[in-house]
Amino acid sequence: MLDLSSIAVFIPRAVVQGIPLLYGATGEILTEKSGNLNLGIPGIMYVGAISGVMGAHFYEQSAGGQLAALPAILIPLLCSLIGSGIMGLIYCFLTVTLRANQNVTGLALTTFGVGFGNFFGASLVKLTGSETASISLGATSAFFCAKLPFADKLGWFGKIFLSYGFLAYLAIIIALVAAFILKKTRLGLHLRAVGENPATADAAGINVVRYKYGATVIGSMIAGLGGLYYVLDYINGVWSNNGFGDRGWLAIALVIFAVWRPNIGILASILFGGLYIFSSYNNTGMDLAANELYKMLPYVVTIVVLIIVSARKKKENQPPESLGLAYFREER
Amino acid sequence: MGEKTAAVKMRDITKSFGKVLANDKVWLDIYRGEILALLGENGSGKTTLMNMLSGIYFPDEGQIYIDGKEVVIRSPKDAFNYGIGMIHQHFKLVDVLTAAENIVLGLPGKLDLKEASRKIREICETYGFSVDPDQKIYTMSVSQKQTVEIVKVLYRGADILILDEPTAVLTPQETDKLFAVLKNMRDDGKAIVIITHKMHEVEELSDRVAVLRHGQFVGDMLTKDTNAQEMTNMMVGHAVTLNIDRPEPKDPKPRIEVKGLTVRDMDGIVKLEDVSFTANSGEILGIAGISGSGQKELLEAIAGLQPVESGSISYIEGDGAREELIGKDPLAIAALGVSLSFVPEDRLGMGLVGNMDLSDNMMLRSFRRGRSLFTDRKAPHKLAENVVEELEVSTPSVSTPVRRLSGGNVQKVLVGREIASAPTVLLTAYAVRGLDINSSYTIYDLINRQKQDGVAVIYVGEDLDVLLELCDRILVLCGGKVSGIVDGRGAKKRDVGMMMTRLGGGRNER
Repeated sequence: MLDLSSIAVFIPRAVVQGIPLLYGATGEILTEKSGNLNLGIPGIMYVGAISGVMGAHFYEQSAGGQLAALPAILIPLLCSLIGSGIMGLIYCFLTVTLRANQNVTGLALTTFGVGFGNFFGASLVKLTGSETASISLGATSAFFCAKLPFADKLGWFGKIFLSYGFLAYLAIIIALVAAFILKKTRLGLHLRAVGENPATADAAGINVVRYKYGATVIGSMIAGLGGLYYVLDYINGVWSNNGFGDRGWLAIALVIFAVWRPNIGILASILFGGLYIFSSYNNTGMDLAANELYKMLPYVVTIVVLIIVSARKKKENQPPESLGLAYFREER
Repeated sequence: MGEKTAAVKMRDITKSFGKVLANDKVWLDIYRGEILALLGENGSGKTTLMNMLSGIYFPDEGQIYIDGKEVVIRSPKDAFNYGIGMIHQHFKLVDVLTAAENIVLGLPGKLDLKEASRKIREICETYGFSVDPDQKIYTMSVSQKQTVEIVKVLYRGADILILDEPTAVLTPQETDKLFAVLKNMRDDGKAIVIITHKMHEVEELSDRVAVLRHGQFVGDMLTKDTNAQEMTNMMVGHAVTLNIDRPEPKDPKPRIEVKGLTVRDMDGIVKLEDVSFTANSGEILGIAGISGSGQKELLEAIAGLQPVESGSISYIEGDGAREELIGKDPLAIAALGVSLSFVPEDRLGMGLVGNMDLSDNMMLRSFRRGRSLFTDRKAPHKLAENVVEELEVSTPSVSTPVRRLSGGNVQKVLVGREIASAPTVLLTAYAVRGLDINSSYTIYDLINRQKQDGVAVIYVGEDLDVLLELCDRILVLCGGKVSGIVDGRGAKKRDVGMMMTRLGGGRNER
């Protein structure tokens, strides 16, 4: 089974499975670096997906079959960014401005986001009068799925490295840029300080509220792109309710697995993607129970990493110190 | 001083938190080339006043003038722009970042750590510090962290420096070094404010003193024209005696005997090594040492909270009967009359629950008593009222959450509860941590009363001057070993200070 051609089949499948997780994890890492533990990520990815779907749907309707490349890409992209960005804003308003409990707010947003997605998903299905319980956006999806040139001509190299839609490459670029910003720039240094010790950052003249809002909203937008990628590229533009599954939680687990480093997140997401589809490569066939066991693997791996990291107690690998805590300057 | 213009003038500064008036029309002048000591009891508004100068709080009313010009300081950033830098009591440093990263935090421009490191070394040379720019903060000792804080404000070009109780966490030797540096900076023309309530430091270091009481400005004067007694009276508002009582021990008999005690922490690091001593009834045994030398482990081992590797701890009853404490349940040890009151740095961490009120906190000691299904609420309530009355705890009522009380009052509640359980051995650590003179003396009185009642008191303290005045004997710990046991009546501060650092292989001392 371990010959080159089957690897060339397995890796691209692991990658496309991992890209939504990478978006979610990169977004959550930026958010957590500001000290906000946003458990709303699953809901936000859902909203990112359905917002893009709605944008694409209405553009397809108004264009009547003749889609131009630029708006067909930009409209869903913008809709997705706006949708998930608003979710991030709601989260910030509640936890930063009103200092509500972060866990409760996040979980509420997840519940809300999934409901929001399913409500508008079902409404769209009703609008189109489709016979199945799903909507298909094949025309828009074609633009999102477009592979790089030469992908089919370069054999295994083309399959492993060139056979993805542009959002997949964007995910990796965003992760690398995020890693660079966190590590090498003043912006990143300030963001890390805010998440570690907001009182210190504040005393150093850093605007804590602005950083928290900025990192959380941008993080939410990045996470939302993961939802968009899933619908418009991974499953070729077919929206069906609850189709996104538990990928949002997996993205949050990935943050821990990657010890809060977006660059590690790139490889880790592909590994998670591989583990996620591992079952279908092991001929479990109809043994659904075994299938579920395989689906557990990413979580098991995350727990193992948590144990190792906690046992080693290396300060650099711990979560940001003030993660989950609201900050108020004049608190006594 | 008439011809000098004030670097900072604060006029009619008022600030309130809810109903509490922290500062009430305060006037203060700060001059360049001068060290000003800002004195006051806990809760007198010293830190609040300085926080307004450094942009942490914003005054409700009043004006601030810098070099004669009226300014508005809205944020720490504004404060830096006016050359004001504050070194807080709780360090404002990010643990996982390096010294250099912490120092450049919040500054604009491109991130160039190499250039920053060069500038840091330059500052260190000028004033005689030593800081490794690439060292991570969490690997540093307290005094190293403080140095980083000072370099941080100098790096930003501050020429008005405010230090909030800088010596609270330092050894005598480190304090001397800090004072030397501060004097260097003063001679360099910088304005320096130090907040403190240690009189001897004021006398040793400052050129001028300003006193606050209950949020109001009482007065200022040149240090050389005043003395400790006068300053204390100004702080407290009435005459107080500055001597700590030390009654002769009455009929001391061995109560706790520790032999060859060795303790390792969870990581397997030796915290106590071959510690032996005897604590007598009717006597106060002081424990001195740099923080983290094993004081906490020692008390916890006696109270049964800390696993012991080897050695013995015997409890000796009045009739000479011995009982081995190691291996005993903490509850059984407490039942013998061994009572532990440990005041941690955050004051609430051990022993009291911040969100519960006074009587519920009293109940934490007594809830096991009685056989009824329901707890007895009346007795703790009464005890709380007694403690409030006897120790003059200032609280709206006994049903106020402990979190809302000021530090001194919290400590009174903690110590009061322990004493109320009529112990035979009282273990107390940092009982006066961060307390002002008046509250400290109340606590000393309480401890002395216990001693006279024949209780064996083990008192872990930070302030050597107090240990030397209060304790009958002092055990000096150094890196987990007994460096020596001296008689409190004859010992010299210098000698005890040396004993604190002599062992331990330079781990805490550079």
